[in-house]
Amino acid sequence: MKCDHCDNEATVREVTMKNGARIERHLCEQCAQQHGIGVQPQVSIDELIGKYVLPHVLGQAAPQTPKGNSCPTCRMGYAEFKQGGLLGCPDCYKTFENQLAPLIERAHEGATHHIGKGPRRRGGGPSPQASLTAQLQERAARLRAIRKQLDEAVKAEQYEKAARLRDELRKLDEANPA
Amino acid sequence: MPHSAGQPHDPSPAFENGTEWLRGDGPASDVVMSSRVRLARNLAGLPFVHRAGAADRVHVLDLVRAQVLKAGLCEKIMWANLHELGSAERSLLVERHLISKQHAKGKPASHPGSVLAPGPAPAGIPDDPRGVAVGLPGERLSIMVNEEDHLRIQVIRSGLALDEGWAEIDQIDDKIEAGLDYAFSQRFGYLTACPTNVGTGLRMSVMLHLPGLKLTGDIEKAKRAAQDMNLAVRGFYGEGSDAAGDFYQFSNQTTLGKSEKVILQDLQQEIVPQIIEYERVARRTLQSKRATALEDQVYRAYGTLTHARLLTTEEAMQMLSHVRLGVVLGLIKHVEQRLVNQLMLLIQPAHLQRVLSREMDQEQRRVARASLLRAKLAG
Repeated sequence: MKCDHCDNEATVREVTMKNGARIERHLCEQCAQQHGIGVQPQVSIDELIGKYVLPHVLGQAAPQTPKGNSCPTCRMGYAEFKQGGLLGCPDCYKTFENQLAPLIERAHEGATHHIGKGPRRRGGGPSPQASLTAQLQERAARLRAIRKQLDEAVKAEQYEKAARLRDELRKLDEANPA
Repeated sequence: MPHSAGQPHDPSPAFENGTEWLRGDGPASDVVMSSRVRLARNLAGLPFVHRAGAADRVHVLDLVRAQVLKAGLCEKIMWANLHELGSAERSLLVERHLISKQHAKGKPASHPGSVLAPGPAPAGIPDDPRGVAVGLPGERLSIMVNEEDHLRIQVIRSGLALDEGWAEIDQIDDKIEAGLDYAFSQRFGYLTACPTNVGTGLRMSVMLHLPGLKLTGDIEKAKRAAQDMNLAVRGFYGEGSDAAGDFYQFSNQTTLGKSEKVILQDLQQEIVPQIIEYERVARRTLQSKRATALEDQVYRAYGTLTHARLLTTEEAMQMLSHVRLGVVLGLIKHVEQRLVNQLMLLIQPAHLQRVLSREMDQEQRRVARASLLRAKLAG
């Protein structure tokens, strides 16, 4: 097929909808670029090998993460964690805190902070007052998390799940300790 | 070498009746086989297990063993170094739900030394140092050392008893922690190798027997409902295992942002009772609307178990499941539920060989399994 604008072979097809009508254009690469339709220039084999293949074969691949982004204690890199799913040591949680936080939030129904028991040796045994505060905090955190899930369920049109979450919200409201 | 508070001990103690979760009693035992509570804990200042060299793992093993044996956790503690046990003993522990399949198999350390202080490792250290402590009598407590986390503490109870399980494990956790420094952060709680366990490190699960839902065809609906409530559903031997004999494990999936108490209340008072009720309704429906078909299933299974000459583990589990249903519903009167539960353990390959004290190939086991079941169930 020939280009709509010149005699060259058409290699690009553009389909647009205007007022409900379908408009199809056939263009050659040059005319397409003139009309602002981006065409990915081909990558030459040389470039491909030089840029993407050789460095990996020779072990010179550019580091995926900046050099500082590995745990100073166990020397694990974030890319390694992404691959295996396990962290290297307790300090990794501090090293990768910013990257881990959203991931952990997703895995734990929107929760961002620990609520509950802590080691007694570090003063984890709560005083009665602290435990009341903790209860209130926990309730607030749960309300936030459930509301977020509810929004997502409604957006995804999961109405059964949404109904259950609404019931849960209502129950939490009734159990208001204040 | 297994130890009992310092003394050598057979790693398969009282194996026929020592396991409390097989007793077959406890609340809601018509549907709930057992309740299990598990805590994941790691030691501060040491790499997580998969990243630890053999020397680091030996260090963890030594620290935990010393503390576990002296902390007064139970009347008696049996300790076993799994890297020194044969595969038959390790399978026995898996079948008794005392260690995971993954822990039985082990994973060799990638290097012999220590990540924190690289250098030559001490001579003669094992390839994959790991262990287990088992609380006796009753085998309610087990502590896996160097599985995915440094410590995986679990307590199993008969019937629906997550509350008792939590009360017990909470104390045990405190006693262990009195002599060990756990990795903990204010923000993320107890730090675990996998971020999906972080926070409380707590997983509560119940093993439910759901033959009624299976027979009415509503099992998938129940599983989906549970998944909607953020529960994980697994088979008889945990992750990656099939639902042998209509047994399903339901457990909480998230561990961060909810206190232990809330996780417990959600499961024990809200979610699990709902699933139990679905199952009971299914059983009542079968009894009132499809009584003959139900009786046929139960007696056909009983007939197979009392007359078959060759039985695979899978078939035997399925038949025992139907017989258990028959016992609970009063269709089979002369067999005790406890015996059915015990048989589910004794017909597993490693137990079968232990009961008959000889090694057998698959074909020989089928013969032995059928003959054991005939002997035990013949009225």
